Amino acid sequence: MTKAFITPSGITRATLIKDLRLEWRSKDAINAMLFFALLVVVIFSFSFDPTAEESRHIAGGLIWVAFLFAAVVALNQTWARELRNQVLDAYRVSPAPPNALFMAKTLGNFIFVSVLEALMAPLFVIFYNLRVIGSFPQLLLLTLLGTWALVVNGTFFAAMSLRTRSREIMLPLLLFPISIPAIIGMVNGTTAILTGEDSALFWLVLLATYDLVFTTGSLLLFPTVLHAE
Amino acid sequence: MAESAATIVSITGLVKQFGRFAALRNVAAEFLPQRMYAILGDNGAGKTTLLRSLAGLVQPTRGSIKILGGTPREVCADLGYMAHPTLLYDEMSGMENLRYFAKLYGISDEVRCADLIRAVKLDPELSRPVGQYSQGMRQRMSLARALLNNPKILLLDEPFSNVDMRSAREMVELLSRLRGEGKTIFIVTHQASLLEGVADEFVWMDSGRIVARTRTFDEGLSRD
Amino acid sequence: MKGRRGRPTQSRSMSRTFIILALLTALLLIYAAYAALVLAPTELTMGPVQRIFYYHAPSAWTAFLLFFINFIASVQYLVRPNESADRFAKWAAVAIGIIACIAAFVVPLPAGIEPSSVATTGIVITAAYFLIRRYFSEQGTDILALVTAEVGVVFCTIVLITGPLWARPVWGIWWTWDVRLTSTLVLWLIYVSYLMLRRFSTSGETPKLAAALAVFGALDMPLVYFSIWFFRTQHPQPVIGGGGSIDPRMLRVFAINCLAFTCYAGIICWFRYRIERMQRDVEETRALEALLEPRGAASGGAQ
Repeated sequence: MTKAFITPSGITRATLIKDLRLEWRSKDAINAMLFFALLVVVIFSFSFDPTAEESRHIAGGLIWVAFLFAAVVALNQTWARELRNQVLDAYRVSPAPPNALFMAKTLGNFIFVSVLEALMAPLFVIFYNLRVIGSFPQLLLLTLLGTWALVVNGTFFAAMSLRTRSREIMLPLLLFPISIPAIIGMVNGTTAILTGEDSALFWLVLLATYDLVFTTGSLLLFPTVLHAE
Repeated sequence: MAESAATIVSITGLVKQFGRFAALRNVAAEFLPQRMYAILGDNGAGKTTLLRSLAGLVQPTRGSIKILGGTPREVCADLGYMAHPTLLYDEMSGMENLRYFAKLYGISDEVRCADLIRAVKLDPELSRPVGQYSQGMRQRMSLARALLNNPKILLLDEPFSNVDMRSAREMVELLSRLRGEGKTIFIVTHQASLLEGVADEFVWMDSGRIVARTRTFDEGLSRD
Repeated sequence: MKGRRGRPTQSRSMSRTFIILALLTALLLIYAAYAALVLAPTELTMGPVQRIFYYHAPSAWTAFLLFFINFIASVQYLVRPNESADRFAKWAAVAIGIIACIAAFVVPLPAGIEPSSVATTGIVITAAYFLIRRYFSEQGTDILALVTAEVGVVFCTIVLITGPLWARPVWGIWWTWDVRLTSTLVLWLIYVSYLMLRRFSTSGETPKLAAALAVFGALDMPLVYFSIWFFRTQHPQPVIGGGGSIDPRMLRVFAINCLAFTCYAGIICWFRYRIERMQRDVEETRALEALLEPRGAASGGAQ
């Protein structure tokens, strides 16, 4: 029997495709999540009703808080399927490198949260009559970096909270403090670009550094977390 | 403890404690290759903990396990593990499950997956998700998954529980054949009668210790 | 002294040392309080309220020191079982000390930072790493991490309470997004989440998970500081704690209070360490008993 060489990227790709396929099949979860995202935007719009001028200044903060809540709901589901039937044991027993699994889950979450953001952002634009005065490509880059920041730590802490009581509350409890620099970067960068009043360069560099540091940290420490009993 | 050259699994002074509860107390044993060992005992005797220790899922508090010359994690590519939870995705079909888990071992051979499913007397073409299988079918598919990497050592935890008689007998036949092909098999079970005449040795556990090892099931019963 | 394994019973001389040190610390604290309230000169602009600085700033210093020790202990706990990681960490610790010494005198530093303090910080990091490695066993480093986190959170809480108390009478506002105070708030949040993880974890390897979180927290702090700092340069607001030069008499009182608080923290940590160590020893003894005696007498846990 020919045994192919185990490539981490191969495992990452296979896991990612499997996850995406399963998400697509059980469309209930996606639909519920999308509807939740919509509700969040609507409620925020009722709560904060600024003029068009003010809205550009505060929209950055509002949007990212809304993204954060939607992301937490999505992140809590990261390992749900693996918990049923103790599938994680199958991973732990196999020679597959844990980081391949971690990257697959993080990428899956990244795609999923990006879809949520792609739905919520236009709604915010509509409800708040937003107009991007600064550079739109910069805003896009900022969103990508910011989303990755949330998702990489979120996936890591979701794995950590598997070993705790009150799993669903532990995730945000662990994630929010650590994410504060990223949130500051996202909010201020978005505000800078929306209003066009400041340069978002510092925030982009900050987010890029944050992403680099914590992706490395998560990759180094994930095997420890996965194999912890 | 002198290790005979033929030993495939060697356990020395194994202790596993969960807080104050001692699941395994100073277990020491040696096991030879190409044998089928049935591990028996009451609930809480330590059978599952022992099996999980052999699989590398549980780290010993004290003591060591030498399996195929290394620790369980080092030789995980040569181990096959099956437990009462199926370790399969309920939402995918059997073939999809096996295809995916094969990738974890670096195997991209689809024919092998189909052959394994047929070996456990199931249909590879079946598109029904595993979550909708009967218990017997689920256990059999789980066994197929454990065999994906052609492991030298099989670790099975309660493979026959809640399984209909016919499926169980077929599984025992398959396991016997696998032993003949050179595999070493450890089976934790409450239904030892199924293995009477098939297993090479019955390992009796009680309160975290191995208390007896007998050639036949009756021998073990009569020792009380 | 702190971390010798296999010595569950307290010898007379150790408890005597403890009592003596505790008394000395108490005296030092009383003197420090007297210095802060009476000896130190009254500040020109803020008046007597400014004396809270001698409570606020030394608490911050103590909290940062404790969290720093927690970080070193956590790193130790993670790398020690793995030989190559352990070696790498040792070299990294040495490298930090050397680089800090060189950089202090070669690299142009931002205003307000003395080369000597950079060099000292680097050397302290290296020294702390090896001292902790020498005197604490693997379990000892875990207890050290737990203890410093707990006591650190208490001192951090003091900083966060005294900050607004100071700000209100002086500037009329409770809170400003002052760089240091806000960074301290985030640090407090991170360590409270650390303590919650310890409490809520059901894993048998909680120390490893907590250590991983501590490392993440340490990686985070520079980013926290810079993000808030930049935010503040864009939205300037009053700085709590003041910058600029400080009267040498005030500096002396500040130093005395720092010393007193550090000794106080040390005494509490030592005490807490002993208690935790004793608790774990008792658990281990009970577990050993459960191992030896026939089952049925000891209560069973989940398998």
